[in-house]
Amino acid sequence: MQLDVSSQTPGDETLLTMYRTMTLARACEARLRKGFGSGEFAGVIWPSRGQEAIAGGLSTALRRDDRLVTTYRGIHDLLAKGVPPAEIMGEVLGRGAGASRGKGGTMHITCPEVGVMLSTGIVGSGPPVAVGLALAARLQGSDRVVAVCFGDGATNTGSFHEAVNLAAVWDLPLVLICQNNQYAELTPVEETMRVERIADRAAAYAIPGIRVDGNDPVAVHNALSAAVGRARSGAGPTLVECLTFRYGGHYVGDPQVYMAKDRLEQAMRGDPFPRYERFLIEHGVADADRLAALDAASVAEIDEAITVVLDSPEASLGELEADIYADLAGVPR
Amino acid sequence: MTTGTYTMRQALHTAFDSALAEDSRVFMLGEDIADPGGGVTGLTKGLSTTYGKERVRDTPISEAAIAGAAVGAALEGMLPVAEIMIMDFVGIALDQIANHAAKARFMSAGRTPCPVTFRTPVYGGSGNGATHSQSLEAWFMHVPGLKVIVPSTPADAEGLLRSAIFDPDPCVFIDETALHGTRGPRLDTPDRRVPLGKADVKRPGTDLTVITYGRGVRDALAAAESLSRDGIEAEVVDLRTLLPLDLPTVLDSVGRTRRAVIAHYAVEFAGPGAELAARISHDLFGRLAAPVARVGSRFMPIPASTRLESQVSPSPQKIEETVRKVMEDSRG
Repeated sequence: MQLDVSSQTPGDETLLTMYRTMTLARACEARLRKGFGSGEFAGVIWPSRGQEAIAGGLSTALRRDDRLVTTYRGIHDLLAKGVPPAEIMGEVLGRGAGASRGKGGTMHITCPEVGVMLSTGIVGSGPPVAVGLALAARLQGSDRVVAVCFGDGATNTGSFHEAVNLAAVWDLPLVLICQNNQYAELTPVEETMRVERIADRAAAYAIPGIRVDGNDPVAVHNALSAAVGRARSGAGPTLVECLTFRYGGHYVGDPQVYMAKDRLEQAMRGDPFPRYERFLIEHGVADADRLAALDAASVAEIDEAITVVLDSPEASLGELEADIYADLAGVPR
Repeated sequence: MTTGTYTMRQALHTAFDSALAEDSRVFMLGEDIADPGGGVTGLTKGLSTTYGKERVRDTPISEAAIAGAAVGAALEGMLPVAEIMIMDFVGIALDQIANHAAKARFMSAGRTPCPVTFRTPVYGGSGNGATHSQSLEAWFMHVPGLKVIVPSTPADAEGLLRSAIFDPDPCVFIDETALHGTRGPRLDTPDRRVPLGKADVKRPGTDLTVITYGRGVRDALAAAESLSRDGIEAEVVDLRTLLPLDLPTVLDSVGRTRRAVIAHYAVEFAGPGAELAARISHDLFGRLAAPVARVGSRFMPIPASTRLESQVSPSPQKIEETVRKVMEDSRG
């Protein structure tokens, strides 16, 4: 099944919004790594360095009231959907400023005000929940769309296949975004599936499957926009595979013994930043100074947010028993 | 209609019907629940015809997707009822129930509550064998965030199911097909709900308390009748919900009778009764006239032969024997 994807270049404002999203994601991860590395603070993240172009495309393809489900490797996606950086870093560091005041952690950040309904730490669990979010949109008479991000590894779970099938059967307004970073935890994708293109898995459910260069934000934006348009029109779900690479390992501190050095070096030659910067300059969207200023603004925004986070109290003991149930009378003692 | 009697099957149907009629946020999804089948045993018959197949939705045989879709819809403020056709299939859906529904409120510090209901029947007692007969309620009692409900009478089934559907937290509602034909008085409360977390004394007694739920209540009441003929008056406490657990009612009853027997169809070893026995023994240590006793299913897969299954499961006779032994072993 085919889906018409525009090959047009989006307008300058869209192009620069994507660049800002990408730089914000890179700056956020860099600041957290710096703090972990220097002993300034402790925490854990699952890096998305290398996957920022997908966040760029995501940030301009969705409406504010559209929903997003992502994973533990989702800081870039959260920023793309508009989650305030202080809520993200506050949650990573277990502070009062966090999205859930330190009770969720890096893997479980939600921000319903901007449509982030779930981040899951269980590989493959996001798509079924996204199906329900999309079903609710239909039942509530809304034209909002749901996007769900997951990795290549998730497409080997039964949960993924059940969800895609159900979304297809019900023609739900869902965009399934596979961020194929070529490693499921420590195992390369070619060892875990026979298909070369994850997008081909869509054929089993008679929905469109598109593979795009996940390091090219314009390609991602165009594919996602087409899929979002299809979803919003009521025509049903689309699987968009964004082929990318994970530069920072499974977790911060991962020695990456499973990855050949030359494979990483080769992959890093496709880093989305220098490519996109060249593109923006060549197309006259911005000059190098303007891009440097945008990057510096993102770094400054993250620096300001980390100050807010570190000035906020540690997670309060008073939080312990709150929110287990609506009414604490139900908690066994 | 609040007079007369109905069966538990009719009571459950009534609860679904009234909830769908009363609130547009309520909808149902599950395997084969829509007409013309209306459920494998016809329990949901007519609902999709009345409320439409958007709100009473048939699904593929995909328990993870059914449960996940219900979780997602609940995060958006809907009140979904996801049916897992037979309780033994719940393993496929468990990640969504235990990792997502149960923790959504806590992990988001209250930003994304998840008012979903998972309704799943137990098929035990009818020779369906080891993978279509289990009572797995103890699994859910280990998950903070869930509520666990098992009714024993038609009126409780209607009222508890309606409470579960409108509850702000995720509920696992477990009904037992062995009780679907049970007839009893209609529910007679103004809001047609029975509150969660409130046990019910189904039979008053003075000599011993049988604490139980679901099919165990039926068996305990039969045992109590028989014991009464010999002058032993057993009080039967129906827990109705295992989470929240109404310990005050249990401790009040055992405090008076000084003897406790716990009965359930879940496996006895590390079953719901283990927690109850520990609480009773701790809180009433000096008061007890005898050690707390349990009657649960034996620790083995449930055999298909009904002759063998009856050996594994509790029964009125086994409860009666246990009560007599507790009475005999009692001190002063």
